[in-house]
Amino acid sequence: MTDNYAYITGIGQSEIGVKLARHPLLLTLDAVREALAEAGLALGQIDGVSTYPGRSAAYLGFSPVGADELIDALGIRATWYAGGMEITSQLGAVVAAAAAVRAGQARHVICFRTVYEAAAMARPEEYPPLRRETVDGNAQWFAPFNALSAANWTAQYAMRHVKRYGMTREQLAQIALTDRANAVLNPRALVRKPLTMDEYMSARMISTPLCLYDCDRFTDASTVLIVSAGNAIDEVSCTPIRIEAMAGSVERLSWDQAEWMACYPTGEDLWKRTDYKPADVDTAQLYDGFSFQAVAWLESLGFCGRGEGGQFIEGGKRIALDGELPLNTFGGQIGAGRLHGFGFAHEAVVQLRGKGGARQIPADPKVAVCASGGGPLATALLLVRD
Amino acid sequence: MAEVGVASRALPRLDQDNRFFWTAGARGELLFLRCRNCATFVHPPRPVCRHCLSENVLPEAVAGTGVVDTLTVNYQQWRPGLTVPYVIARVAIDGAPGVFLTTNIVGCSVDAVQMGDRVRVIFEQHGEVFLPLFEKVPL
Repeated sequence: MTDNYAYITGIGQSEIGVKLARHPLLLTLDAVREALAEAGLALGQIDGVSTYPGRSAAYLGFSPVGADELIDALGIRATWYAGGMEITSQLGAVVAAAAAVRAGQARHVICFRTVYEAAAMARPEEYPPLRRETVDGNAQWFAPFNALSAANWTAQYAMRHVKRYGMTREQLAQIALTDRANAVLNPRALVRKPLTMDEYMSARMISTPLCLYDCDRFTDASTVLIVSAGNAIDEVSCTPIRIEAMAGSVERLSWDQAEWMACYPTGEDLWKRTDYKPADVDTAQLYDGFSFQAVAWLESLGFCGRGEGGQFIEGGKRIALDGELPLNTFGGQIGAGRLHGFGFAHEAVVQLRGKGGARQIPADPKVAVCASGGGPLATALLLVRD
Repeated sequence: MAEVGVASRALPRLDQDNRFFWTAGARGELLFLRCRNCATFVHPPRPVCRHCLSENVLPEAVAGTGVVDTLTVNYQQWRPGLTVPYVIARVAIDGAPGVFLTTNIVGCSVDAVQMGDRVRVIFEQHGEVFLPLFEKVPL
């Protein structure tokens, strides 16, 4: 078979935990091994590596392993590689890899995201936390006002939905409740206990309207997606998942100068690059580092109108495993852990291959959308099993 | 010193782009870069207009008032020494269309701030840096 699409072939994931002792490079290797085994590929067939955000020296727990280190440590003979933060968010690393294989720069690219934020908190001498007594760049417009977390920045967009569009806490809760219900069925998920509406409503506030359960938590894990060229998928033994369309658009690279978060233009642009429509999507795996981001993605991708996200998820039936649009079937980041973007593409592939086990959605899904980021940076992928 | 709900703040590192902004509070002024060619405000400050690419961009004082575009009340103690809760708001700056500042609304209870509230700047001094905070304008 020869074509000019890029495909996701092997996928892999390490143990997902908190304060893991296992070395982050070895967590990455665990995920690589699983992905290679699934694809039936040998490491010698890998000729590319792509990651987000690369090794993060200023805050090592955020990203302790870069493309450089993985290539050298595993003896990968790369003909193309990339790793960096100035890209359209976490799954931008997959977009870059897809562009590379379509351009003939590589045939099989390991895309990975390794997080070690919980271990770093437990071992600050080895993995120093981010220090910012003085700030520059974008941080100078937020940190001096103690708007220190993406929770604060996201909360301001969420508050606009509360005040302008009438989104209620009970509506927003459906993201966390759905995530936690799905995570119970995912053996690897970080939190495997369902969340009740009462627990949600009585949780302490982090940054209004976001409460504790609207936020993901620091996690240690690695996720790998192998992106393969269309003319190389005969070499893999798993069902290839075609990347039908990709988008990553931005209006202002800023958390406070944009009227709408970057997920909105990204969602619109995704549908300009395909003949598929939102109604064709069998499952959505949408970034939920903070629950509201998933609401914004649902609107951005046209599953409902702007401002209608709260009503769309009300009661939770529509986005449940057996609903019309199953959402974050692995538990999302709120249930499965802060895999930071890559978990959504991983799960889209799991579902399209029918490998979800107890959490597998019915009706032989063929089309999935996944997304990472959403604030000033956003990436959306439309994945299809032919 | 203004009453604020926080004990410590990270401060901006002054450079050739941002010095005018962070130090203008010494004269009680809130300044933004404005293009002399097409009148667009340029924020964050950079030595070129994002609308017409003119390099003739100069600081200009605005009234120092604005409207709360959106807000959040932060309850999480992100670091030791932080006094919570406090209001983080995005303020639409009067006279500078399209320009917003993320800031704190101070001088009132956290429950007293709503979207649409009219606010005015007050400066909190940290050495040569003057942080533009905002307080509600009495009705």
